[in-house]
Amino acid sequence: MTVTTPAGLDLRSLLHGLPGVDKVGLESRAAALGTRSVKTTAKAAAIDLAIRMVDLTTLEGADTPGKVQALAAKALRPDPADASCPPVAAVCVYPAMVPPAAEVLAGSGVHLASVATAFPSGQAPLDVKLADTRDAVAAGADEIDMVISRGEFLAGHYDKVFEEIVAVKEACGAAHLKVILETGELGTYDNVRRASWLAMLAGADFIKTSTGKVPLAATLPVTLVMLEAVRDFRAKTGRQVGVKPAGGIRTTKDAVKYLVMIHETAGDDWLDPDWFRFGASSLLNDLLMQRTKLTTGHYAGPDYFTLD
Amino acid sequence: MFEYAPAPESRSVVDIAGSYGLFIDGSFRESAAGSFKTVNPATEEVLAEVASAGVEEIDLAVAAARRAFGPWSALPGSERAKYLFRIARIIQERSRELAVLESLDNGKPIKESRDVDLPLVAAHFFHYAGWADKLKYAGFGADPRPLGVAAQVIPWNFPLLMLAWKVAPALATGNTVVLKPAETTPLSALFFADICRQADLPPGVVNIVTGAGDTGRALVEHPGVDKVAFTGSTEVGRQIARSVAGTRKRLTLELGGKAANIVFDDAPIDQAVEGIVNGIFFNQGHVCCAGSRLLVQESIRDELLESLKRRMATLRVGDPLDKNTDIGAINSAEQLDRIRTLADAGSAEGAERWSPPCELPGQGFWFAPTIFTGVTQAHRIAREEIFGPVLSVLTFRTPAEAIEKANNTPYGLSAGIWSDKGSLILAVADQLRAGVVWANTFNKFDPASPFGGYKESGYGREGGRHGLEAYLA
Repeated sequence: MTVTTPAGLDLRSLLHGLPGVDKVGLESRAAALGTRSVKTTAKAAAIDLAIRMVDLTTLEGADTPGKVQALAAKALRPDPADASCPPVAAVCVYPAMVPPAAEVLAGSGVHLASVATAFPSGQAPLDVKLADTRDAVAAGADEIDMVISRGEFLAGHYDKVFEEIVAVKEACGAAHLKVILETGELGTYDNVRRASWLAMLAGADFIKTSTGKVPLAATLPVTLVMLEAVRDFRAKTGRQVGVKPAGGIRTTKDAVKYLVMIHETAGDDWLDPDWFRFGASSLLNDLLMQRTKLTTGHYAGPDYFTLD
Repeated sequence: MFEYAPAPESRSVVDIAGSYGLFIDGSFRESAAGSFKTVNPATEEVLAEVASAGVEEIDLAVAAARRAFGPWSALPGSERAKYLFRIARIIQERSRELAVLESLDNGKPIKESRDVDLPLVAAHFFHYAGWADKLKYAGFGADPRPLGVAAQVIPWNFPLLMLAWKVAPALATGNTVVLKPAETTPLSALFFADICRQADLPPGVVNIVTGAGDTGRALVEHPGVDKVAFTGSTEVGRQIARSVAGTRKRLTLELGGKAANIVFDDAPIDQAVEGIVNGIFFNQGHVCCAGSRLLVQESIRDELLESLKRRMATLRVGDPLDKNTDIGAINSAEQLDRIRTLADAGSAEGAERWSPPCELPGQGFWFAPTIFTGVTQAHRIAREEIFGPVLSVLTFRTPAEAIEKANNTPYGLSAGIWSDKGSLILAVADQLRAGVVWANTFNKFDPASPFGGYKESGYGREGGRHGLEAYLA
């Protein structure tokens, strides 16, 4: 397999020439990795790392500047009672909510991500998607989470999806681009692998599983396919791409399984907030609760953790 | 970086006595023929002193089984099923204890004894419990009869699982048994004796005699035995076949293997790598159906080997009781010697040896996961069963060459095929002379599926409906 620039017409043969994914084997491997026992010091390190990897997210029609600013404040100080608790990686909001979030996050080192490109369906004309992207960046977002056109992908119009990603990447300027594959709508693991490569070839800085708006969101097997894809892509091209599972990851136990999977497949280079993120909202409080349990020896009630 | 803290399973769930007698006629008794020690291969610590059965004790055990045979075989199948269901449930209830015991005595990782061996042991008893009252409909005649007393000799690689494979069908069909576990792993069979008592199994239906090769020979050659079932090396299998030749004894043998794991260029590579790793490193490679010969299509050789080596570097070798251990201890000093001898022969004959960096414990018997590349059919390591974590990598160019090489072995127990192309899988599977052919998976076992060999891998089938035949007349 050679990686050529898709200008050479060969995108379809390249994607269809990728090794297949055996569903049964993949799922049993993901399940086996989930049985690793991570305790004591390893658990403490994993929890802090997971907190640093969280893209704290709110994507509701009911979001208001007040709500978003509260969330941004929590991103900076997840556990007000414990100064040793690290901040999260980023806050992730709709484009209209970027300005109020930016006010709180400015200069903090916590990134500000905005979904764009007619999130979550991606069903809008390209110029609308690009304007959406430019607006979010201009308002202060330094990370853009775009959605691919699943319809075009499933119809086999790979070139179209590719060109769209290239255009959005250009509209991003210096902002990092995360490409949401919406794996729950792709139907097969083979498609997940193909979409991952397509996005990476088109210039994605991150590939992300889901919008969180369809019933099937991030799973361990899907993320495993994507981790294998970024690993293989770097081996072929030298360029490292990040991975972001999003949606449905709610517990520390789940988060640790993902970290184990990175450690044993893509490798420790990805065990870093620059290369791996959790798109989540309720996960953070469970991480904080387990962190407190490890440091104090007992569980604190849910009222000791902020709800924003 | 991300290091897993030690996560040892507690030893306190299992209570090992200082010494064990022979389980004959429903109770434990001393032996006049002396005793031997069983050790933990991960630490060389002595676990217990175990009685060695001599000719006299074998006589007693066979006589007890003979006495029990009449009433046991006269029970309605549904009554025998009750005992088997009860045994299966007790095994499930005591599975944690038995898993820890098995890992201590055998050296296999706890995650394997806990997640693979014990569930399969219970499943096997459940499966054959279900057959006990349906024998008339199994396709072996309108009124199939049990054979009588079965002498069963099992190996050390899956002590309790091999016991289940032997005992469950024998009892379901109305036979009684005298079973000899391997010398290096007698403990789980002795705990099973206790389970038989707990299940109120009538005395003499199951007898456990421990000891080394002489004990096994005395049992197999005993004139009071009607049926011999053996799992172990081809060499011992030959001796047994000779010794029962010309007698009335029925014989099944499950012997060695040198399975080919064939990876075609359109295989799902990541899953194939898992299958290769599972095929040869599962249970330290102490598996008769291990995929010990990797046949990889030459066009993807380099890519596959690179992935395989990367994957092997994540294998965790060490304390069998740690829940994160992938590869445990080699079962005995003797086996370790044999593995070393063959691996050295591989290097001497010019194959290239590779192991990932891994630190082996100072005490106990250990061997790092190893692959040899540049192996040809003429190498000893491509022909002889190593029974350890050592993989020989060969290449092929066409499906016809793959089939030819895969079949070019005196053995024929198992094989694996990796390809995304269903038609290729079916065509190749059809031509492989092996008892089990796995497609896009490896080392998958199910009590409903028959298992057994072609050629020098033995004869007879264990498991499923087929497994009943070996115990019925």
